[in-house]
Amino acid sequence: MTNMLQNRWWSWGFRSAVLLYFVLLIVFPIVGIYGQSLSNGWSALVANLTEPIAWKAVILTAKLALVATVVNALIGTMAGWVLIRYRFPGRSLLNSMVDLPFALPTAVVGLMMLLLLGPRSEIGKWADSLGYTILFHEPAIVVAMVFVTFPFVIRAVQPLLEELDASEEEAAYTLGASKAKTFFRVILPAMAPGIVSGSMLAFSRALAEFGAVVLVAGNIPGRTLVASVYIFGQIESDNPAGAAAVSVLLLTFSFIVLWIVNVVQTRRTGR
Amino acid sequence: MKALWITLTFIVFAVLLGAPVVRIAYGAWDEGWSGFSEGLTRPEAVHALMMTGLIVVIVTLINGLFGVMLALYLVRAKWLGPQVKRIMNSIVDLPFAVSPVIGGLMIVLLLGPDTALGSLLDQAGVKIVYALPGMVIATLFVTFPLIIREVMPVLQEIGDQQEEAAHLLGAYGWTTFWRVTWPSIRWSVVYGVVLTVARTLGEFGAVLVVSGNILFKTQTATTLVYEDVENFNLTAANAVALVLAACSVGLLLFMEWAKSRRAS
Repeated sequence: MTNMLQNRWWSWGFRSAVLLYFVLLIVFPIVGIYGQSLSNGWSALVANLTEPIAWKAVILTAKLALVATVVNALIGTMAGWVLIRYRFPGRSLLNSMVDLPFALPTAVVGLMMLLLLGPRSEIGKWADSLGYTILFHEPAIVVAMVFVTFPFVIRAVQPLLEELDASEEEAAYTLGASKAKTFFRVILPAMAPGIVSGSMLAFSRALAEFGAVVLVAGNIPGRTLVASVYIFGQIESDNPAGAAAVSVLLLTFSFIVLWIVNVVQTRRTGR
Repeated sequence: MKALWITLTFIVFAVLLGAPVVRIAYGAWDEGWSGFSEGLTRPEAVHALMMTGLIVVIVTLINGLFGVMLALYLVRAKWLGPQVKRIMNSIVDLPFAVSPVIGGLMIVLLLGPDTALGSLLDQAGVKIVYALPGMVIATLFVTFPLIIREVMPVLQEIGDQQEEAAHLLGAYGWTTFWRVTWPSIRWSVVYGVVLTVARTLGEFGAVLVVSGNILFKTQTATTLVYEDVENFNLTAANAVALVLAACSVGLLLFMEWAKSRRAS
């Protein structure tokens, strides 16, 4: 009897501890930031967002993240396809390298890009001779975003290609379809959900990226200042309301993306 | 056609992934061995690396414990309704969607010196923001989903028949867990822990906001790299960055090795 009682007390303790941890660590901060941004009413939130530097930063981030996402959708589709369909020496090495951007610390990625694209590097010199500067300008931000979000599309496309029934492809060939036609009519539609959900995750990550971008973006307000760096700057200059307003905008967007991706995935697996 | 695509993939990987890693690997030796060792053995680097190590240990322990338990509850618990479980399950992923800087901002907004809670704790002599506890909390937030997401699918896959059998045979909750559940989730916990360690080592945005990046106090390895770059001390930054990169690549290789070993 005492044993049972002890057992019950223990499990109650564990349950409440875990739930409390969950609520305090995850739910509380997220609710808190929404509360903070609305604490002075809607008009204050809108005023903070229509601050020229703020909305220019958001627009710039969205624009560059979109470019990075398109690049990644193209590269990722190709690389995912090659890594699943072809057998060649070095394949497993490449496949392990895919996860590298997730493993590397973002600040280290920023430093890598800084060294690689800087004016003293080969790439920097070459671009300079063509009359471009990469570092501290938009291209550097895009390259950093592409690097950081590289694995998303590949990892989303690969399982779909593995599942794809080879007989569908063969049937298309047998019926006389050309290679290109088979690709666009049979293979690409099968990969499409992966490309879309991978791209959405990549876009959302690129929007939020800080570490890799802060070191290579010039951080000039209105020109090379991205949203996450703007938020950081507002915190540093003791304007939490301005930081919270832009944060809430980004957060809401990311949550919607995450939700859509979840719905797409459960619909696919639930089928 | 096939050769073209393979070559193109190799080029993309070499330029996009290979070149930056190679650059950082030899950049640390720009001033020879002395530049590298100088970058690592200066007092601020030693302190920053120790700080990072300390945070890794604390965060891994706490999130390891709570992560495994929450995963168990989310899959098995009968005292949580299915609706509640579903909502909690989607909330678990939210930290993935939160930019690290925003994660840090949340902690500052809730527990910063200007807030009610923060000043209350301050009076009690507990400093959270701009001190170790805040940095730990920020990292806990960011790494929260990793272990849960590794463990939950395995728990769902193995089902609860064995556990029920053990229970029917009279085993206590703890015995059932250690003898039946633990052996099957052990490896997924290891993966989750490796991911947590890697993420904690590299956490930058959230820690930068919460720590204030105070030299010899709250500076971690990643925020030291950031400060070195801002001060144009590139060789020193590169030395620390190389150590961090080597750690994360090592962890990645360990994961690959463990997964391939288990698959075979």
